[in-house]
Amino acid sequence: MTVKLTVLSAVGSLVWGTLLAAMRVSPVPLLRGAGAAYVNIVRNIPLTVIIVFSSLGLADIFGVTMGTDNFDIQGFRLAVLSLAAYHSAFVCEALRSGINTVPVGQAEAARAIGLSFSQTLRLIVLPQAFRSVITPLANVLIALTKNTTVAAAIGVAEAASLMKTMIENEAQTLLIGAVFAFGFVVLTLPTGLFLGWLGKRLAVKR
Amino acid sequence: MTEASVAKDAVAAAEELVVLKGVNKHFGALHVLQDIDLTIARGEVVVVIGPSGSGKSTLCRTINRLETIDSGDISIDGKPLPEEGKALARLRADVGMVFQSFNLFAHKTVLENVMLGQIKVRKADKKAAAEKARTLLDRVGVGTQADKYPAQLSGGQQQRVAIARALAMDPKVMLFDEPTSALDPEMINEVLEVMQQLARDGMTMIVVTHEMGFARSAANRVVFMADGRIVEEAVPDQFFSNPRSDRAKDFLSKILHH
Repeated sequence: MTVKLTVLSAVGSLVWGTLLAAMRVSPVPLLRGAGAAYVNIVRNIPLTVIIVFSSLGLADIFGVTMGTDNFDIQGFRLAVLSLAAYHSAFVCEALRSGINTVPVGQAEAARAIGLSFSQTLRLIVLPQAFRSVITPLANVLIALTKNTTVAAAIGVAEAASLMKTMIENEAQTLLIGAVFAFGFVVLTLPTGLFLGWLGKRLAVKR
Repeated sequence: MTEASVAKDAVAAAEELVVLKGVNKHFGALHVLQDIDLTIARGEVVVVIGPSGSGKSTLCRTINRLETIDSGDISIDGKPLPEEGKALARLRADVGMVFQSFNLFAHKTVLENVMLGQIKVRKADKKAAAEKARTLLDRVGVGTQADKYPAQLSGGQQQRVAIARALAMDPKVMLFDEPTSALDPEMINEVLEVMQQLARDGMTMIVVTHEMGFARSAANRVVFMADGRIVEEAVPDQFFSNPRSDRAKDFLSKILHH
């Protein structure tokens, strides 16, 4: 459950974060403002608040059912939505710093051969920006993996809620805690190492 | 407007490829371009020279609107420069540009660099684009480097790839913004030779440079700029042997006699 939650939220936050970054560097002031407002609001709200709001606020008050009546599935989908919404703000900022590492000349050359703004961003700037932010993105991904535990707050049966149940049933608190902590290290350590290696390998040589 | 003047304008438009009229630009308090009037005919090679900070690079960059202007008119092939958006992108595709720092796309191979514009802007199919790219790379003498990345090439090779990339769009006019200023002395010639070949083939070129040898041998006209103004325009022989303005005399005396 934790892995599924992580993968889906990671994909969601990467896509939405990239769009946000594109908004924040766009020539349209309205988009820039909207992107900046989103990032500054969302990244400054605790994840727990966002997730609890998604469950109590979105689902219970506004009746957002995420296309299902099953309470467990609904909770899972809300958790993915919240995690993606929250981490996309960090993805956006990492990418934006990556965009700043791409020399202005690259975009100028792209515009000079007649590429449009979105083509310049998609074909020239973002591919180079992504390569330079793989390591910081690994940070976000690791944080995301661990933050999935917050989904326990709205009753999603991921690792932390599983651990809570087990500790309540067994007496081996320390052992169970250690096993789950180790489980997370097993998930995140290879992710970090792999992405670090990938970042070095794909780095754009100038 | 009378019919006669319309007809005359139409003829003029065919001859005059790039026309700048009363162009002004400020960087903050600095008036970098002051009432620039300049007309470049089809097939003409114009070399812009002048001391640093005289606005010659800025002038070059305004022609494809990498720099906006505050007032005045610029038209290319009879059409005024569009403000933004698709029309501007279309115009830029017709105006080749070569930069001082090459600006090859660092994450793409040499071949991909030359193919990209053809595929994405001209909508050419991949095979035709690759073929044309290889022909152009051969023409500028870097055909054997096609599958390398820009960082693996010398500066002179990179700049020649950049010229091929611009040529791949079949531009009406080529802008060169100090194309040899970032190169080692021994690499300057290989780039200049490609540019001279282009000039001989009848390409319309606007070249900002410090290479006086190139100005002498390839230019139809030399434009001398200082402090944001065009101080003098003349054919190269006349300009180098007998400059009219004091500013040009002073400039030439500093660079020609060591």
